[in-house]
This record gives sequence, structure tokens and C-alpha cells, in this order.
Amino acid sequence: MAEPFTTLTAIAAPLLRDNVDTDAIIPSREMKSTGKTGLAGGLFAGWRYLDAARLPNPDFVLNQPEFSGARILASGVNFGCGSSREHAVWALAEYGVRCIIAQSFAPIFHGNCIRNGIVPVALDREAIAALAGHEVQVDLPEQTVRCGDARWTFAIEAEAKAMLLEGLDAIDLTLKHRDAIAAFHARDRAQRPWVYLEHPHA
Amino acid sequence: MTTLFDRLWDAHVVAPLDGGAALIAIDRVLLHERTGAAALNALREAGREVQDPARVFAIMDHIVDTLPGRTDRTLMPGGQAFITETRTAAEAAGIILFDVGHPDQGIMHVVSPELGIVLPGLTLIAPDSHTCTQGALGALAWGIGSSEAEHAMATGTLRLTRPKSMRVTFAGQLAPGVTAKDMMLALIAAHGAGGGAGHVVEFAGAAVTALDMEARMTLCNMATEFSAFAGLIAPDEVTFEWLKGRRYAPEGTGWDAALAQWRTLRSDADAAFDAEIAIDASTIAPMVSWGTSPQASVAVTGAVPADASPAMLDYMALRAGALLIGTPIDAAFIGSCTNARLSDLRRAAALLKGRKVAPGLRAICVPGSSAVRRAAEAEGLDRVFLDAGFEWRESGCSMCFFAGGESFAEGSRVISSTNRNFESRQGLRVKTHIASPETVAASALAGAIADARDWAHG
Repeated sequence: MAEPFTTLTAIAAPLLRDNVDTDAIIPSREMKSTGKTGLAGGLFAGWRYLDAARLPNPDFVLNQPEFSGARILASGVNFGCGSSREHAVWALAEYGVRCIIAQSFAPIFHGNCIRNGIVPVALDREAIAALAGHEVQVDLPEQTVRCGDARWTFAIEAEAKAMLLEGLDAIDLTLKHRDAIAAFHARDRAQRPWVYLEHPHA
Repeated sequence: MTTLFDRLWDAHVVAPLDGGAALIAIDRVLLHERTGAAALNALREAGREVQDPARVFAIMDHIVDTLPGRTDRTLMPGGQAFITETRTAAEAAGIILFDVGHPDQGIMHVVSPELGIVLPGLTLIAPDSHTCTQGALGALAWGIGSSEAEHAMATGTLRLTRPKSMRVTFAGQLAPGVTAKDMMLALIAAHGAGGGAGHVVEFAGAAVTALDMEARMTLCNMATEFSAFAGLIAPDEVTFEWLKGRRYAPEGTGWDAALAQWRTLRSDADAAFDAEIAIDASTIAPMVSWGTSPQASVAVTGAVPADASPAMLDYMALRAGALLIGTPIDAAFIGSCTNARLSDLRRAAALLKGRKVAPGLRAICVPGSSAVRRAAEAEGLDRVFLDAGFEWRESGCSMCFFAGGESFAEGSRVISSTNRNFESRQGLRVKTHIASPETVAASALAGAIADARDWAHG
């Protein structure tokens, strides 16, 4: 269950490139345990460190004092493309990121954000160029981003918004539909019996 | 008016949710050992049960190594725990596991179609982005994160906002030597790695229906590289013929009933899509990537674009305007859920037969499944690869991305039949060029990026 999100005021760290992939966010070699924690150190490891001893790369945005510990990232198109690894979102959340403002998001990454309390905000290139590096206020109930005198609105699906606002547990919500699910299966089993398998098969 | 996607969606709506979302029934869940234990353990710790374990399958592919004579041990630090914990959790949950050493082990997106786990008209999910591969059989199949896998196992459903629909029509006929891999790289190069963002993409047109089943899987495999929600191909006689008799496919009168329903799974002639792309298949050439996104791809006979991103050029150590052919390579890899099925290995072997890879070049072939490996060995393909200087491996995801804890040498240049050329995916600072298996095989022989058409046996 994720921490509820309403508003957040923080500096948007500029990671202004397109197609930031989940291998870049958390490389395979940094996913060292079967759990969901211990990942923040590996966040952006390939860009963040110069060597295996983790000497910080001074050119990487999160190593610059004003952006270290950033809670908001600003980026380009198709953020979070590639592998479905939820570790990318777990690593971002563990580092402290609560919002990503990008031109667009890859669909699996977008879903993973919603399940982990990170708000994916899609804005156009001009807006992102204007706010990157500055303090912004993200207001989820109003669906707005403010930076200085500028104000933009963003779209988010009603379902995703509700989950983020209340930090709801999706499984608990869905289990309230238990009767509808059982009715579907009874109906479907008659219509598509080949969908339903019996043990043992292996 | 109705699209194939509409039909799949409508058949799986359990209940509408607020704000236009819906609760969608999930017919199959696949797990692998990188996240299988995490998902199953999280469910157990929350006191939840797998609702229908008979429709969940676990497969070892993401961590297991592919060295001959392998065990649970892997070169990846801590890797063994992923394998043993997934095994324990799958057993406790009553889930069928295709374990290390099991004859049906392999890459999940190769194994599932081989066994008929995926069928036309099903919804199938897995915590792996290349789950879209299985849309080639007319299923709605897509990748999800671990939390969604937990949700699907606990409830038999997912909460979804309906994706938009797109049709990509490949009209006409492919030129000789051009493959499904080249079709996808051409599409992504023309329309961008985000070009299909959030859409369910139906692939259609004469060049698609002319593809055999394995090539259709290659096509749908890279829908995720197009940022699509899923890829789809309407099932037809090719699909039905291919599926008949597979272990989890229906039999007898059950098969006839299923077939009658599967024949309705197509888009109407007047179906309306939210977006359409048309490509003349005859204009597509064999493709190779030059940069660190699949969209950075050109015809193998072409050059690095003049307006190439400086960051990509710097990473790839290439110049704008440089020809791709002749670029020296250090290694060649044939494997992955994209291009390691029997037909892929046959086409590569046809080029390699009686020849040797360039001196000093590391070349590796990893069959897509243990069944593919056995079939290839039965027709002597292992000898062709070994005699040419390739390593011949056990099945798994392998060096597509550090599976088994293995990478190519730091900074080396690799030509690869895989799907992603991201920075450091195949090893620290490794420069990956993705291409078809025949382009990989020809390049391995040349020791440099090569046009496979120049290497065909006369």
C-alpha cells in the first residue's frame, strides 16, 4: 500500500532526454535480492557512478547538490520504456521520488508508478523545458503543475487518480467484486471451457 | 465496426469500474524467477491465496545460467536465491514450474506457445515486457509489473483503463532476405520508440498473414519496443494448424468448439481504429541498429544518420554518416524471446554451414527453449554452430541482459538477435547492434557488420 499523494512542492531535477529506459533506471546487475528493497543505491547506476567503487559522476544530475535527493524528475518522451521491472519504480520511490513529469510514459512503467504512489504527469516539451530545474508545485486533486507564474493542467485516468490520492490497495478494492468475478467465471466456463485447466498437467 | 481488440476486451469485462475503467478477467499468468518469489511471497505475507493455481505457470529463464551442465548456481551474485525461493514459493502455491533441468524449461514466451498455454482469445499476463510476443496467436497478452501479477493471481482480474487501438498494415510482399525483425525495426525507426504508446497494435496486411507462426511471434515481440500496450495478429489457419495437438490446447470436441469461437476473432472489414499506419513491405531492407534505442535503426546497407544524437554517437563510438557495413564487432549473440526459435536457428545455420566465425570473435547461440535445443540437435544444427565457432548453450534469457550474471566484455561491440540496444544492457558500456539472426550470423563470419544477402551460399 502506497503513501497517499495530494500535493508536493519540490525542485524538478532535469533529466532531459527521451526514451529513458528501465535498464538505465535500475540495471539488471543492481537487482541483487528477491525482495523489493535495497534498490535506491543502484538507481541510475550506469549514469550516476564512474566506476564499480561508485565514485559519483559529477555530471549526473542527481549528484549535483541542488538536485541531490530530488523528489520530482523532469524528462522527455517515452519515460520508463523497456523492461517491465517494477524494481525501477521501487528504486525511484526508495530514493524519494514521488512525481515524474515527462512528455509521455511507457505503459507498464506508468502502471507500476500508480501501484507505488509515484505520480506520472505528462506535459508538453515547452512546459517541461520551462519548469525543469525549478521549484514546482504538483496538485493532484486539481491536476495542475505550477512553476512561478506558469500553470499547466495534466490528464490522469480517474482510476489512477483515486488510487494515488488515497493510497488504496488495489487487491482489497477488487476483492469487493468477488461475487461479480465468480459470476463471470461460472458464465465463462460454460462458454469457453478450454480456458479452464485442471491439475495435474506437468 | 468491431476490432479484434474490441472482441477480446468485451469478452473479458467482469465489471465496470468508476471513471471508465473495467475489471478484466485474466486467463493465464506466467511467472519467472526474477520476480516470481517476490510476488508469491508478498501474497502469502498478506494472507492472500492464488485464486486458480492451475492457470498460473512459473518458468526459470531470467536468472538461470545457460552454461552446459548448469545447476542452481549462477555467476550472478545472489542469483541462486532467486531460483530456490521461486521454486519453494511455486510449490507452496501449487503452481506448475518448468524448473532447471525440466524438459519444458526455456524462455517463457517461447515455451508458452510451444505448449499451447497461450491460445487465441485468451488474456495472458506476465511480469515481463515481452509478453506481447504471445499476441501473435490472437491472444491479448501484455507485460505488467510484480504488483499487477499479485493482483491477477489474487483476484483473477486486473483493473484497466481501456487502451486505444491501432492497426499497422504491412501491404505487399517482403523482399528475399527480409524478416519479421526487419519489419519491426523499420516500423520503430519510422515512427519512434514511443510511436505506439499505450495502443493495442493489430498487425495486418498481406506481408503479415504470409509470415509463419514463429515469425509472427518475432513481430509481436517487439511491440513493446514501440511502447504499445500489446501486439496482436488475428488467428487464422496458420495459427490453428500450429496449435493443434499442443499439450494445453483443447482436444476432440473441445477443440472443435474452441475453433468455432476462434474463427470469429478478427477485425471487421469496416472496423475503426484510433490510429492507422500503412507500410509497403516491399520497401523494407534488412535492418540494423546504430544507437541506444531501437528507433535508432537503418538499413544494413545504410549509414548513421547525419542528424544522429551526439550522446548516442559518443556512447556507440560511431560517426554521423559512417556506413554500418564493415564496422568491426567483438561478439555475436543469437538468442532471446525475439529470435531464438527453430526457424531462426535454421536460417542462421544455413549461412554458417561449412564456415568459421572471424578469428578472436566471441559467438554464442542460446536456443529459445529446451525443446528448440533438442529439435535443433536432432537435425544437426548444434554441430553447425559449434563447427563455426559458436558456443552452444542451454536455454534461457542469457546475455540479452545479464541473465545468469553474464555480460560481454566491457566496452565491446556486439551484434545481437535480441530486442534492446540500451546502454550497458549486455554489459558495462557494451555497444549493442540489434538485427535479424541471419545478419548476426553473416556479421560473425565477417567479423564486422555485414549484409547477410552477400553471404548466402550460392
